[in-house]
Amino acid sequence: MNKEIGTIERRKERLDRGIKVRTEGIYAISSLEEVSYLVLPRLILIIGLLLLPAIIPSLYWKRVISITCIYALLALGFDFLANFVGLVSLGGAFYIGVGGYMAAILNKSMGLSPILTIPIATLFGAIICTLLLLPALPLRGVYFAIVTLMYPLAIARIIEALNILGGTDGILGVAGFPTRWIEQYIIILIIIFALFGLRRLVNEDIGLVFRGVKDNDQAVRASGLSITLYKSIAVFIASGLGSLGGAYLSHIYMWSGISQFALDFSIIPIAATVIGGGGTLVGPLLGCFFLVPISEFLRAFGTLRIVFYSIILLTFIMFRSEGIMVYAQRKYHQFERWVKV
Amino acid sequence: MKQEPILQVIEASKSFGGVQALVNVSFEVREGEVFGIIGPNGSGKTTLINCITGFVKMDSGKVLYRGKEITNRPPNYIANLGITRTFQIMRPYYSLPAYKNLIVPLFSPRARKKGGWRGGGKLGDRETVSIDILEEIGFERDSFVPYKLASSLPTGYLKRLELARCLALKPEIILCDEVFSGLSMSEIASMVPLIEKLQMDGITLVMIEHRLRELFRVANRVMVLNFGAKLTEGTPQDVMQDEKVKEAYLGSEKLLDYTFEA
Ligand SMILES: Nc1ncnc2c1ncn2[C@@H]1O[C@H](COP(=O)(O)OP(=O)(O)OP(=O)(O)O)[C@@H](O)[C@H]1O
Ligand SMILES: [Mg+2]
Repeated sequence: MNKEIGTIERRKERLDRGIKVRTEGIYAISSLEEVSYLVLPRLILIIGLLLLPAIIPSLYWKRVISITCIYALLALGFDFLANFVGLVSLGGAFYIGVGGYMAAILNKSMGLSPILTIPIATLFGAIICTLLLLPALPLRGVYFAIVTLMYPLAIARIIEALNILGGTDGILGVAGFPTRWIEQYIIILIIIFALFGLRRLVNEDIGLVFRGVKDNDQAVRASGLSITLYKSIAVFIASGLGSLGGAYLSHIYMWSGISQFALDFSIIPIAATVIGGGGTLVGPLLGCFFLVPISEFLRAFGTLRIVFYSIILLTFIMFRSEGIMVYAQRKYHQFERWVKV
Repeated sequence: MKQEPILQVIEASKSFGGVQALVNVSFEVREGEVFGIIGPNGSGKTTLINCITGFVKMDSGKVLYRGKEITNRPPNYIANLGITRTFQIMRPYYSLPAYKNLIVPLFSPRARKKGGWRGGGKLGDRETVSIDILEEIGFERDSFVPYKLASSLPTGYLKRLELARCLALKPEIILCDEVFSGLSMSEIASMVPLIEKLQMDGITLVMIEHRLRELFRVANRVMVLNFGAKLTEGTPQDVMQDEKVKEAYLGSEKLLDYTFEA
């Protein structure tokens, strides 16, 4: 009793910044300071990404940036499907493989340049993936996930067994990019557009339909909308991002092969989403910029790197299970201070 | 009130495994009326609505809308005809604010056709239209309620949100599955005029209710279900006095209570 009288009691007070009006998405901005409060984080992200190729000197790590960006496309697609549409997709490898092979074939047998192969592979890769996943769309949760995982495994084995599309050697001699700078800056611009495009999309009216499908698909049907249609549009978008990444990958390595159907492409985007914070879109993207370089560092340890990997993931799940960006965004929009009681 | 049937159900049957949820149920709903459906728990009322709206496939039987067969069509097709429903267990989008909940039905082909690409035609974009609908249904425009997450809304508002979703589709028929249940007396008192207003606007209403007193006040005709079969049909007065109904439904004494209050 007596002890407490002497000490000052303090309480942590948490306030929301006053610029959000009534609901997310409606702001009242009255000063330059408040404008910068909204714009600054975006600006820092964009400038940071654009500076990366310039500040990283070694050729090896420049290549890592491009690969990281490809994983970022997959992570964006995964986060979009999982947290805005309610489809857990392990199809990263599927999308990469389809896009990768398609770009390689278009380039090798039809002689198209990367300027054409990448957009064509993106579009038709998305169409093929969506059509093949169409029967799985009514499935939910883990069942959908299993189907998306089954395709890349099956296709890789088929290519191996039938010795088609270059068999185990893959397709060699695909055209590369003229310079490293072009290679990096195009993919960096692509992920910036993909990030802000998706963020825009999920807040548009059609985005609300996607989120409705996740929250309550029966209510969406009662609202006169076909859930199969909207799920396939969403899968089209995500698989398009993945196929784009795959096509890009083929031109980076000037090669396409069955390792493009490797499980890494399905797993790392999920890990990045866990670390970065699901449902933020930017979180999974940054998660890739954390995870992919680390996994490159760990390459020296051979298969042991899986252990390090698991430790990092476990740490995140246990201590910051919401993910970095969810935490960071909350801290940014609220401020805390001590008040005397 | 016009007399031609807007909705006809002919010999609808449905069983779940061994449970006969519906046994040869036939009835028709006339345009512009309030048609009540009552019955003890588990008598198949919700299943009937599910069959009409395509959420459950019927084993046999037919559903006609304005004479056209719509049996077992997909739910979104039926909703686009203007046959809308509420859910007994409310189904809002919990992670969206109330007014954003309505963007989804406003995005449907039917609402777009009636309201133009932006949703409200000359009336404005979908958000404006959605706030208007919410106000009509009892969300105070100047309060924070329309902007709150659906997960933080109390039952009364969620029931209204269910109705609002139907209204966003510019419905011909609303099938209400127990919109009064779980509400306090005063909340129901404020809902009754709303139902009457919908009827005056020319919307046909089919209402499943356990709150007989309130239902009998608004209903033109009432059908009684028991163990999935139709027991009787008639005006509220006729139904109340029916011996079979008293026996099957609540036990004769309890129904009499309702009768006196009504
Ligand atoms: N999807 C389903 N699967 C299996 N059985 C079901 C299903 N839906 C309903 N039933 C069964 O069908 C019967 C009728 O159920 P229904 O929900 O239609 O009754 P209800 O009249 O709406 O009851 P309540 O007044 O409690 O809402 C019940 O025995 C129920 O257990
Ligand atoms: Mg029911």
